Amino acid sequence: MVSRSDARAVDPGSELLRVDNISLSFGGVKALTDVSFDILRGEVRAIIGPNGAGKSSMLNVINGFYHPQEGEVWFAGEKRRNPKPHNIAYQGIARTFQNIALFKGMSTLDNIMTGRFTHMNQNLLMQALWRGPAEREEIANREKAEEIIDFLEIQAIRKTPVGRLPYGLQKRVELGRALAAEPELLLLDEPMAGMNVEEKEDMSRFILDVKDEFGTTIALIEHDMGVVMDISDRVVVLDYGKKIGDGTPQQVRSDQTVIDAYLGVAHDE
Amino acid sequence: MSPQFLFTIEVIANGLMAGVMYSLVALGFVLIFKASGIFNYAQGVMALFAAMTLVGIQNGQVPFSHLINAVFGTNIHHFGWNLPAIVAILITLVVMVLFAILVERLILKHLVNQEPIILFMATIGLAYFMEGFGDLMWGSEIKILDVGIPSGGSLWLEEKTIGWAAEGSNYYGMYIDKLDMIATVVAILLVISLTLFSQYTKTGRALRAVADDHQAALSVGISLRKIWVIVWTIAGFVALVAGVMWGAKSGVQFSLSLIALKALPVLILGGFTSIPGAIIGGLIIGVGEKLFEFTIGPLIGGATENWFAYVLALVFLVFRPQGLFGDKIIERV
Repeated sequence: MVSRSDARAVDPGSELLRVDNISLSFGGVKALTDVSFDILRGEVRAIIGPNGAGKSSMLNVINGFYHPQEGEVWFAGEKRRNPKPHNIAYQGIARTFQNIALFKGMSTLDNIMTGRFTHMNQNLLMQALWRGPAEREEIANREKAEEIIDFLEIQAIRKTPVGRLPYGLQKRVELGRALAAEPELLLLDEPMAGMNVEEKEDMSRFILDVKDEFGTTIALIEHDMGVVMDISDRVVVLDYGKKIGDGTPQQVRSDQTVIDAYLGVAHDE
Repeated sequence: MSPQFLFTIEVIANGLMAGVMYSLVALGFVLIFKASGIFNYAQGVMALFAAMTLVGIQNGQVPFSHLINAVFGTNIHHFGWNLPAIVAILITLVVMVLFAILVERLILKHLVNQEPIILFMATIGLAYFMEGFGDLMWGSEIKILDVGIPSGGSLWLEEKTIGWAAEGSNYYGMYIDKLDMIATVVAILLVISLTLFSQYTKTGRALRAVADDHQAALSVGISLRKIWVIVWTIAGFVALVAGVMWGAKSGVQFSLSLIALKALPVLILGGFTSIPGAIIGGLIIGVGEKLFEFTIGPLIGGATENWFAYVLALVFLVFRPQGLFGDKIIERV
């Protein structure tokens, strides 16, 4: 199986990521207001909330796509300063997208190989010549990609262009591409949206396996409350860009503010 | 075999080879369009600029000599050396890499997330700038490009084929230009190596990834800016090859940049996003226009090669706007 680096196994339960007082707005529209929470190593952290609560914006902040106007992001003990989006992958954060963002013209295998991008360092010339170290690197990474494919049980569609795959499988390939990076933190934006019960069960199982076997920390956005309660260790609840709840699934479920937000009780402000 | 039949074969062969030349230019368009959604109007001028630079370097011309002479009152034109073709080609390649970096730094970087039409306008500006810049750098006179590619008809082929016609017929053998043959071989090698590169290397995959989805590409660690430099470098390289082949055929001069116009119908046929499409589109147009001229041409007074490609493109625009191989245009409501 994919070996995890020793560093991340050392201290499960310690803080991997913390966002402090994040505020983000687009023009006059406030997407996030003063949101703070942390993500601990080795946990599944769910971010939930009604539509438009700012969940995806939060993920995009963690992912470096958005730079918040206020607040700090701390990752692996260091404060991050407005990183470029593509550098985030090198820091060990991988993600999937709400509306599947696969490389549609490419095969499953190529998609997953592209996920290995940060692990390949040979320069352009060596790549073009396909000699010596470049060839070895290509082969070593290909083996890793095959391991991911075995893990996700998608051997049968290795060579299929992903644009032709059914929705559920596309979601799985996208997970595979993120996993291929061997990330420390895996961000999943609605990994089960639009799936049937059976596909949801499969996906839940894979997420839990990723956590157990690779020790990957996972932050996920999900709408299906049943799934969230089943697989997550802690939940943070957003509503209108503000944090209204944070705790274990049981705590969050019995929180009156959270219940109101979901049932649509009028806001007094 | 009847001479008529042999003529037809000759026409088709010549058409295929002309088509390869069109494909070469179209390829440069497709590469940039796929990776960044930019229709690069400057592709033809890039071919001209590359060919000019190659000639200038090979002949040891002093760049900007007119400008230097005008400002400083000197009278220098040449360094006084002639470089071997291969060295000159390598230096030209370096120039095209620098060009790609400058395009990214000075133009693309500042126009990220702009409408395609704005990027298109920017490439029009780039085309006119480069046209003037090229003239300033190397002079505007017609130059002869000689990198050692043989030209003229292949005698060997003529002698081989002269006996194919029936006894006593008035047949002199097939006439195929050696330059066209070499261009074909070079184009085939270029396409094969580009295909292998994009299939089996990290950067090749990254190029395809960026073509498919910018956000996802960023999320796996691909720097769009680096990819754009690489794409423009490859497009510059393709432009150099096209410039060399067309330049050797008809001299390096302004009209070389107009070959870009011939690439347009090729793109409409093949689709803007398909590399095989660019090749096959080029071949269809090459063969189509030669065959049309050969069969229908005499009936309507000839000179059909000037317009055939564009009419064919029009027909495609009406009935199959995405081209033969382009991504289907699906509009969801």
